[in-house]
Amino acid sequence: MLSQHFPILLVVVPLIASPVIVMARSGFLGWVASLAASAAAFAMSVALLVATTESGAISYAIGSWPPPWGIEYRVDAANALVALLVSAIALVVLPYARRSVSAEIGQERLYLFYALLMLCLAGLLGIAVTGDAFNLFVFLEISSLATYVLIALGRNRRALTAAYQYLILGTIGATLYVTGVGLLYLATGTLNLADMAARLADVPDKRPLVAGLAFITAGVGLKLALFPLHAWLPNAYAYAPSAVSAFLAATATKVAVYVLMRVYFSVYGVDAVFRDMPLGPVLAVLSVAALFIASAAAIVQKDLKRLLAYSSVAQIGYITLGISLGSAPGLTAAVAHLVNHGITKGALFLLAGAIALRAGGTGFDRVAGLGRTMPLTAFAFVLGGLSLIGVPGTAGFASKWALVAAAIGAGHWWIAAAVLLSSLLAVAYVWKFVECAYFRGPPGDAPDPGEAPADMTIPAFALTAAVIAAGLFAWPVLEASARAAEALMGAPR
Amino acid sequence: MSFFGHFSYWATVFILMTGLYIVIARGNLVKKLVGLGIFQTSVYLLYVAPGKLIGGTAPIVGEGFTVYSNPLPHVLILTAIVVGVATLALGLALVVRIREAYGTVEEDELLEADAKDD
Repeated sequence: MLSQHFPILLVVVPLIASPVIVMARSGFLGWVASLAASAAAFAMSVALLVATTESGAISYAIGSWPPPWGIEYRVDAANALVALLVSAIALVVLPYARRSVSAEIGQERLYLFYALLMLCLAGLLGIAVTGDAFNLFVFLEISSLATYVLIALGRNRRALTAAYQYLILGTIGATLYVTGVGLLYLATGTLNLADMAARLADVPDKRPLVAGLAFITAGVGLKLALFPLHAWLPNAYAYAPSAVSAFLAATATKVAVYVLMRVYFSVYGVDAVFRDMPLGPVLAVLSVAALFIASAAAIVQKDLKRLLAYSSVAQIGYITLGISLGSAPGLTAAVAHLVNHGITKGALFLLAGAIALRAGGTGFDRVAGLGRTMPLTAFAFVLGGLSLIGVPGTAGFASKWALVAAAIGAGHWWIAAAVLLSSLLAVAYVWKFVECAYFRGPPGDAPDPGEAPADMTIPAFALTAAVIAAGLFAWPVLEASARAAEALMGAPR
Repeated sequence: MSFFGHFSYWATVFILMTGLYIVIARGNLVKKLVGLGIFQTSVYLLYVAPGKLIGGTAPIVGEGFTVYSNPLPHVLILTAIVVGVATLALGLALVVRIREAYGTVEEDELLEADAKDD
């Protein structure tokens, strides 16, 4: 049965697509191949999510070497959901990318763009499905190296310095992660995450485990842009090509958040992380700082993409806040916000790319008057903005509601208050767009006013529609998140 | 044990901090990458050193082979070295592109050039 091999094919298909595209040396063929690979990855993630829902975790032994000796790919309700998010975003971004990228990147380099995007996709899906700590590091570096180049492809020369800065910080993060894994390996003698979880209790000296957790938290924190380790993110998202910003904002940091959840809840376990060590309050304070400081920073930005980037740092704060509660409802809210914010921010960056194409940039001077020149795009952007705020009927509301309920349920009233107050700051930065787009006249020299071409607007509007759909019918996402939280907390123990 | 028993860990910590300090303190983009390389090297030592046992052989099942060195950490670190080389190559390629675009590889001059653009 082919479906038995879906966990590995999910990674292998995009990974093979990449060198094939390089050898074909054609932008169009590269686009077709990456679209086909993403569609295949999407179909397989759907099948895996259905299969895990019906029959629990799937274990795949690579090369038939049984775990824990061989590398195991282990798919459960949590990482199937993450893989589905990643491959779905790839499938939405690719039809959009064809026109957007050829407007922003030289024709002769187009095929390299698709090859890199496939490498990045393979890396992200690999992080999601692998059950091996070191294999996870290798996929982390595959996706990161591809990401650095994708960011450097941006038109502005600042894309180069942004990519360099991300390379330095990303490598430090990955190295800290692998140091932490090294300490765990020395203490337990295994790299298989499930096996490691089972053996941690028998380790006599707990100090290497504490140090390992600290290294992994700092390393993964850098990759997921946990405040104050977010310095690389605003420039990287702002100066990357539009399609890359949309893809990364919706997937890269979310996958890193998933890694943190896996290490905290599946490997170490809730008791070790949140009762024996004070990581709950530490994470909560950093998250609340992210909510306020990054949201305030978003308000003063002069560029739409930078505003969205700072907003991402704040929204990641909501996710880590959910993790910091160290409870099943908190984790459910975190997973739900991971998905809902992924699609929201993906939609917003796609719309920002359409604006960049038609208005000649995403500075607020270019955005002025957008309500008249690009009415549909501006309207969709406002809908996405409402989801960032958390207005009822949008995806952002459902997961924020779950977060506030979880915080109140645990008796942390100040966290609930912080979530509500910081939403007011989100109102301020979304209003900044509304004021600029609807209450100011368009600049006289806008190069090509009017809506973006259909192959860009259709994916962007489809994702915006998904944001509204996930708000009106919130239960599927919340139920999948609850199952994911259950799988994360209970899986190997 | 104590200090000498943990000697390889002390060396790891020293290399790790040296590399990190260079990355933070140096303004030259190439020197930062040198620091990053040193930083990554510390992990290689962390993995490889405990894999070696004095008098240990290759892991062979048979007569006369009782103590063996674990080969797995060495294999893992081979992978990590490859990753490190790829990162360094990409970093240097980015520095070349930055030099072409800005005419400098000094961090403070880059920041000045960016500030002038605004």
